[in-house]
Amino acid sequence: MANTLFINGKECEYTDEPNLLEVIRKNGFNVPTFCYRPDLTQFGACRMCVVEIEGRGIQSSCTMPPEPGLKIHTNTEKTRRIRKIVLELLLANHDRECTTCEKSGKCELQKYAEEYGIKDIRFAQKKDSEYLPIDDSNPSLVRDPNKCILCGACVRACSEFQGHSVLGFANRGSKTVVQPMAGRHMSSVDCVFCGQCQAVCPTGALTIKSDVDAVWSLVTNPQVRTVVQMAPSVRVALGEEFNLKPGENVIGKLNAALRKIGFDLIFDTNFSADLTIMEEASEFIERLSKGENLPLFTSCCPAWVRYMETQHPELLNHLSTCKSPQGMLSSVLKELVPKYFDGYTKENTYVISIMPCTAKKVEARRAQLVKDGRSETDYVLTTQEIAKMIKSAGLNLAELEPEPNDSPFGLYSGAGTIFGASGGVAEAAVRTAYEFVTGETLENLDFKPLRGVDAASRTKDAVVDIKGNKVKVRVVSTLKEAEKSIKQLQEGAADFHILEVMACPGGCINGGGQPRSCDNSKIKEERAAGLYKEDAQLPYRKSHDNPDIKKLYAEFLEKPNSHKAHELLHTHYKNLFANSYKDLK
Amino acid sequence: MGAKTLNINIKDEQQRAMDAIKAQGLRVLVCNGTGCIANGSNDVIARFKELGADVSVLTQKDKMTIVPTGCHGFCEQGVLVIIPDLDITYVKVKPADVDEIVDSHIKNGKPVERLLYTSPKTGEHIHKNEDIEFYARQTRTSLANCGKINAECIDEAIAMHAYEALAKVLEQNDPDAVIEEIEKSGLRGRGGGGFPTGRKWRFTANNRGGKSYVVCNGDEGDPGAFMDRSVMEGDPHKLLEGMAIAGFAIGSDEAYIYVRAEYPLAIKRLKIAIEQAESRGYLGKNIMGSDFSFEIHIKEGAGAFVCGEETALIASIEGERGMPRPKPPFPANKGLFGRPTLINNVETLANVPVIIRKGAEWFNAFGTETSKGTKTFALTGEVNNTGLIEVPMGTTLREIVFDIGGGIRNGKKFKAVQIGGPSGGCLTEEHLDLPMDYDNLIKAGAMVGSGGLVVMNEDTCIVEVARFFMHFTQSESCGKCVPCREGTKNMLKILEKIVRGQGEMKDLDTLEELALAVKEGSLCGLGKTAPNPVLSTLKYFRDEYIAHIKEKRCPAGVCTALKTIRIEETECKGCTKCARTCPVGAISGTVKNPHKIDQSKCIKCGACLEACPFKAIKQS
Repeated sequence: MANTLFINGKECEYTDEPNLLEVIRKNGFNVPTFCYRPDLTQFGACRMCVVEIEGRGIQSSCTMPPEPGLKIHTNTEKTRRIRKIVLELLLANHDRECTTCEKSGKCELQKYAEEYGIKDIRFAQKKDSEYLPIDDSNPSLVRDPNKCILCGACVRACSEFQGHSVLGFANRGSKTVVQPMAGRHMSSVDCVFCGQCQAVCPTGALTIKSDVDAVWSLVTNPQVRTVVQMAPSVRVALGEEFNLKPGENVIGKLNAALRKIGFDLIFDTNFSADLTIMEEASEFIERLSKGENLPLFTSCCPAWVRYMETQHPELLNHLSTCKSPQGMLSSVLKELVPKYFDGYTKENTYVISIMPCTAKKVEARRAQLVKDGRSETDYVLTTQEIAKMIKSAGLNLAELEPEPNDSPFGLYSGAGTIFGASGGVAEAAVRTAYEFVTGETLENLDFKPLRGVDAASRTKDAVVDIKGNKVKVRVVSTLKEAEKSIKQLQEGAADFHILEVMACPGGCINGGGQPRSCDNSKIKEERAAGLYKEDAQLPYRKSHDNPDIKKLYAEFLEKPNSHKAHELLHTHYKNLFANSYKDLK
Repeated sequence: MGAKTLNINIKDEQQRAMDAIKAQGLRVLVCNGTGCIANGSNDVIARFKELGADVSVLTQKDKMTIVPTGCHGFCEQGVLVIIPDLDITYVKVKPADVDEIVDSHIKNGKPVERLLYTSPKTGEHIHKNEDIEFYARQTRTSLANCGKINAECIDEAIAMHAYEALAKVLEQNDPDAVIEEIEKSGLRGRGGGGFPTGRKWRFTANNRGGKSYVVCNGDEGDPGAFMDRSVMEGDPHKLLEGMAIAGFAIGSDEAYIYVRAEYPLAIKRLKIAIEQAESRGYLGKNIMGSDFSFEIHIKEGAGAFVCGEETALIASIEGERGMPRPKPPFPANKGLFGRPTLINNVETLANVPVIIRKGAEWFNAFGTETSKGTKTFALTGEVNNTGLIEVPMGTTLREIVFDIGGGIRNGKKFKAVQIGGPSGGCLTEEHLDLPMDYDNLIKAGAMVGSGGLVVMNEDTCIVEVARFFMHFTQSESCGKCVPCREGTKNMLKILEKIVRGQGEMKDLDTLEELALAVKEGSLCGLGKTAPNPVLSTLKYFRDEYIAHIKEKRCPAGVCTALKTIRIEETECKGCTKCARTCPVGAISGTVKNPHKIDQSKCIKCGACLEACPFKAIKQS
């Protein structure tokens, strides 16, 4: 039922908005925020969203539930004065080297300081001796406490998405900091590098460790051959960096941009998503028939894999032995590109992957994925980084004519493309497993119960009838949800055969490396819709129907789970529990 | 609903307890609160017990019983020994004095004059407790039994009406009537905000039906305030009874007392009290045979000032970092573990039993139009009598400072009081006749707060006072919201600049603007009140700030950086003593010739001032 209240004198309707801020934004007004993130609990700390309510004085609109008849004013002398003082105070305590900051241009502090015209900072600037060391101890994220404004978004993301609390508040008063336990580096605690902390950070305090320069030096080096792959969810998000709508599929434009930048061969991780399904579906059928190591846990998500290795090594036998699609394609490319293409050797071929994900940078450095002394994936760029490369090449993605990718590792099915949304891997696997087991054609390919990327869909269950065999599929996103399923398994109450886990809420479309979307919950739904739309339109919608996949098996891999396939496409895991800070107790 | 018959007759219990006290013979009350223990009260008690005495001659009693009690409030005069049957109060008693008290007074009826309180006004020795000016003007309700009973013995509390009010409400069995009575009494929260207690109970009671909690806020953090500690140490059953009545009224069966871990004696005595009350059936399952069950836990806080803020306190009990949460939701709707929670401070709850027992009318006869009952204050600073006092709301500052407090020490001039702790404000001479209640103090730019009252004389630098409190609040800020975390830090920086003599006039405008933004923009009560000391001193003592800035002069002569120490050439005999005393070698000169201070080296420690035999060294 709709009620009304008054914003700046205008009567405005509201229904089930959780707070005034949402009502304000829905009605075409706005107030600035740092700590408010719609997918996280309200915190009320930054005080930027303060409004004046008649009879109630100054209130933070993000924490105030709407009430009928409230008279709210968003821009009064007082509210603007408080916001300006907040900005001035934050800037006095901030490393203001804006031009060289990774977040420059995307920083919310910079943006509001500009909008509010903060020119003169009257408070004493932070002293050199007050600067804290920067943590760039890992391949994925950089934490610069000197740019932290203590909005607590990262702390909440870590605990509310991953149930993990790698980051927390320490100390009191003006000495308060956000840091990993006991001030350690992020690499020496159980961080899984999902990057969600960075995705919600309003400033340069948490940023992606950039590999852009390294990749530029490869593409500009005539001695080197660069081979590139991109994950499913990149194509429906990258456009946002060029003012296109979320969910708009820009794969053709991306191919064109990559060629213009100078990448030599352009393939697609969607192809190896199909390959993953061939292997994983076969692996599942085998486990099911033997009744071994069930439920099967998917292994595409590197944050999830690291979580298992550090937190639940006793359950590693449940993880699929399949490499992630990134890992599979890099292995295939390193092995076969020199065979298929003239001028390419093992030495001069470099594989670069474009991922929605910060944890993929860590995955690429896994010892298990190093061959002949080199990581099979040489560099991982996130969607954010490739956008920067495209911009610095002087290209406007939106205006480019779409181009096809290269053959034979570029063709993909709809099953491969939906990997990017939570539930997609499971749906793709079911499509193939059904036909593998029954030998019959599956008519209805849409498994609606496995779809959905909003906060209410973080655990989804479905039962698939494969010729009387009821296969129970569980899909979860966020490690916090995953932990609940693990608990059920440990208590003997797990009622599922397959567990698909993606660490980021909603899956890869909302990955830590994607364009920033933390102030709008709907964006991930639009990106997912873009993937399902492509799935519905593609000529092939099942991984095993992909002709190039068939060709790869015929010419090289023989059959799923063959010796050759195992050598190239499967991996093993390591107990990292000893590295865990649990043992410090 | 409907009246209930209980399985305990509280009147019978009272009679039994009073008989037991009578059987103790001559009761010698020795203060055994934290302050007096530090002054050697345990040894005093031990000596009394060692000696024993035949007390029959003088008192017709067959024996003497030494009763360790809670705090009397007059801690600077501790150890206090009160013998009610002899109408005598001894102060500053040392273990070595005990023999004399026993031999001279208890055995032979001759009071020990040198151990009596001496009035700073008249110089007279005072025998009776109620004649001591410190006590004469007080009205004690929440502190009524503190110093009169052995807090570790439930019978002593029962003899003083403990659990009578609880029995009354359980018999009447009408929770709404209890809330009405509290509403009618006009009781307001004693912890700081002054929110009407009955209304808070009503809000929580609106959520009756499911699990709910009563939380007692015993995280007394204001520097110098110790009223809550005194209740917990001196009369814990009063608090437990108040909590049980609150639990009955709102329909809760479980409670927490959040006490700072720095109060070990309070924790010990609360634990003993809870155990004794449970064993007697005043707490626990089916209290006094009624349907009402109530369990009380103790949660020790880790000493963060901000945990006195109710939502931070709740977070702390839940095991989270003690950071305030935005309100709404209010604890009455969603508090501890997400359940409706009634949270009151110790003193508030300690007022509940007497309101129920004697009625709302009795209680609201004390006080002013908007603030009823009595309030405790921790009176400290430059007054003759310092300690814990309880007076009716509306008592004037003059009565407190000059009557109860006995005036300013050493005949100095009154300058100001800082009232309400670090979140309060400074009041001046013009407020001496202001009736102190919640609303008058807020209007004057201060607050009742928890009742800290620091009296300052003419030798106090008001800018330094503001700096001191700002230093406290900025280091105790939880660090969550920007105005409080960064704002208090920068207010402190500006104040530090001013006391160093580096202030500029525009700093005052920045300071004031910042103070207002912190006050209006902060998330919780800590931040919203942190600028009060600065704003009130800027209002009443602006000229002192200006003296620091424009004239580089500290009118009270306190701020070290603004002092100049120089040697009067004509008076210096060249004895070289100052040069030898100076720790930094700032003084030079030859024997029998006037010496000189190098101002660039001088650290203004004042050592030379004291050393000079000819008073030739001057400070300005």
